[in-house]
Amino acid sequence: YRFERVWFWGCIQGLRGAYYIAEGLGPNRAAPRSRLYSLNCLDWSLLTPAPKEMLALAEQLKGRFQGDPSFEYSLTEINAEAAARLTEGGMEPVIKEEARLIATIEQIDRAVGIVPRGAFVKTPLGSVHENRHFEGLSLLEAKKLSSYFHFTEPVNLKNKTLLEKANLDPSTDFLDSLEHDIPRGSWSIQLEKGGTVVVLRSLLWLGLTFYHVPMTKQFGYVYFGTGEKNLDLPFML
Amino acid sequence: GPYQPHEPGYGLDQPGYSPYEDEIPDPEARMLAIKNAKAYLLQTSTKSGLNLYDHFANILTKVLDEQPTNTVDIIEDISKDVKWAQFRKKMDTLRDEHLILPTFEAAEKCKALFVKDAAEEEREELDEEMGQPSLPNVMETAFYFEQAGIGLDKDECYYIFLSLKNLINVQPIETCRFWGKILGLEMNYIIAEVQLHEGEGGEEEEAAEEEEETAVEEEKEMGEGEEEGEEKEKEAEPPKSTYKPPPEIPKEENGTGTNKYIYFVCNEPGKPWVKLPPVTPAQIVCARKIKKFFTGRLDAPIVSFPPFPGNEANYLRAQIARISAGTHVSPTGFYQFANEDEEEDEGDDYEENPEFEPPPVAEMVESLATWAHHVKGILKQGRCVWINPSQKSDENEEEEEEEEEDKDEEGDEHEEERGLPLFTLISEDEGIKNIPAWTARASTNLIPQYSVAILQSNRWPGAYAFASGRKFDNIYFGWGHKYSPESHTPALPPAAQAEYPIGPGITETVDPTVEEELAFKIAQEEALAEEEEEGEEEEVEDD
Repeated sequence: YRFERVWFWGCIQGLRGAYYIAEGLGPNRAAPRSRLYSLNCLDWSLLTPAPKEMLALAEQLKGRFQGDPSFEYSLTEINAEAAARLTEGGMEPVIKEEARLIATIEQIDRAVGIVPRGAFVKTPLGSVHENRHFEGLSLLEAKKLSSYFHFTEPVNLKNKTLLEKANLDPSTDFLDSLEHDIPRGSWSIQLEKGGTVVVLRSLLWLGLTFYHVPMTKQFGYVYFGTGEKNLDLPFML
Repeated sequence: GPYQPHEPGYGLDQPGYSPYEDEIPDPEARMLAIKNAKAYLLQTSTKSGLNLYDHFANILTKVLDEQPTNTVDIIEDISKDVKWAQFRKKMDTLRDEHLILPTFEAAEKCKALFVKDAAEEEREELDEEMGQPSLPNVMETAFYFEQAGIGLDKDECYYIFLSLKNLINVQPIETCRFWGKILGLEMNYIIAEVQLHEGEGGEEEEAAEEEEETAVEEEKEMGEGEEEGEEKEKEAEPPKSTYKPPPEIPKEENGTGTNKYIYFVCNEPGKPWVKLPPVTPAQIVCARKIKKFFTGRLDAPIVSFPPFPGNEANYLRAQIARISAGTHVSPTGFYQFANEDEEEDEGDDYEENPEFEPPPVAEMVESLATWAHHVKGILKQGRCVWINPSQKSDENEEEEEEEEEDKDEEGDEHEEERGLPLFTLISEDEGIKNIPAWTARASTNLIPQYSVAILQSNRWPGAYAFASGRKFDNIYFGWGHKYSPESHTPALPPAAQAEYPIGPGITETVDPTVEEELAFKIAQEEALAEEEEEGEEEEVEDD
């Protein structure tokens, strides 16, 4: 696959089995990622990125994953229009669990995939690299939500006032910070082991855990859960 | 001057033809050129007070000291860092306070766990005579769960082990078990399930109950005084509310039903254990309707609708009770009823069955009938054993009359609720929609001799159970909420009560129009005239 970096993304628990997911990247860290899944960590299959309509449809599927990649969800119950469109096109109105899997992983990465500030730099040419000079956040910075960024296309960055933008460093501050996540308080920051490790847990996607050891280069996130969005979040806070 | 532009035509690499050589042949002028170049470099910038010479010297020192890889790529960052370092003064007039790292404080607390003091040794001798309370082997349980990929960090497990040992030494505990860990927003909870020696735990509860009773009596006396005062006044009063809150369902006794075990929690191993109060049925009923994250502070208020009667400690206790009732399982036959008569009754006592033969692991994974609940399920009322709430009203002498009226209304509503008997097989657990209640798997397919049967609950995500031969255990790691495929919809507020009874006396009607009034008047006069005529006729006849 010619990946420069491969890492274990996490595990999505299905009813009859669990999916183990790995991600890989080439030299440009901001490129779309390639994902592979496996049921037993031995045989890995590549997940083909799905078109946008498929992603939108798969987001509407609710309930647990079955654990069987060829399981088909009937679309007619969920979205009659889309089902009708598909039948007209000559395809069956079903969504396979594989498509739902890739859609869920994509959503999770986009919504809650985070990195500490300064870990990645953007070159003037536009490509994103790991910052070899990154020495980790200090303990004080690590407790603040603003020192962590979403690792996706920034949405809120352009909305900042000029005053705020003047303080930003375009090489490191090119992503959205976690401070303005809606709803407020959808992240839980904890220091474990007496402050040697800072752990962030997402409350929107229960099961996503991000860790960082302050003053070192170590950080990462992993997802262990059922692959369902926590839509009850506003009631639970 | 010393700076000559490079004239084209001169070859730089040939000796004797460097740009300056034929202009500055002698070494003295060369030295002068070097000095001037250095003076230029040493020229301090007007903006920042630094000079290029020192800056380059610092950069080169830093690079040679640290020797990072691919230095040329990050040289700009290094340059920025060196400049930034200028602003950190080494000699400050204020002495920095020696910052105590939180790591150090945490280490101190954990150190306390490891220290064994003299008092413990005395107690150990005593215990050997009495019979030691069983300290659960947390590490062994952790090993089995680790086979399934569930569990905490080994260090944390060991700390929990040590703090459980401390708990046992402090409290009069008969049996103890590590129940699990519930995650919270600011801090997490580590929970221990405990049974105290008989009679020990009751003292605090009795004192609390007595306080409550005296408070209630005081309130009743106040109520009487107020009523007398009102009778004297006899003025128009605002209507009294006829709302009678539904009778409070009494909580179960300590040692039975939902309060069979006592739970101690702490935020981190090393912190002191806090005892959770016993749970009341009202709290369980309310906890079923709300879904809130735990913050990690036991005194945090729970703001919700329907309003939760208590604070976070009560909510935590209610959720623990629900989780235990829903997911604590053991291999079928491991426990049996203490008295055989109680099989039909709703008895709670059970003991280990000495004749239990553990089925092989493969069978435990395939068939859910090999597992059974050993905790009673909670009824809708919020208790394990149903009680008729209208029986209690006989005890209150003051409000007898009103109670009798209500009894007729409410007596029919309280149907007796029967729950499932104690050792129900989990194969009879209902799933939600098409999701089975439990998922079973073996820990490994590769080495079947040593694999462990693992049960994962789908109704309470985070609840696990394992069984291997005679050993089994249950544990919970999660956020403390039940799984529901639909989104959580909070209860709507009840309809507003009617302010007044609606009747013809106060219902608005349209005023009669003038024509209607005239017609009515005419009709009345005609009726009167007819009566008079009849009256006259009768008089005439009588004569």
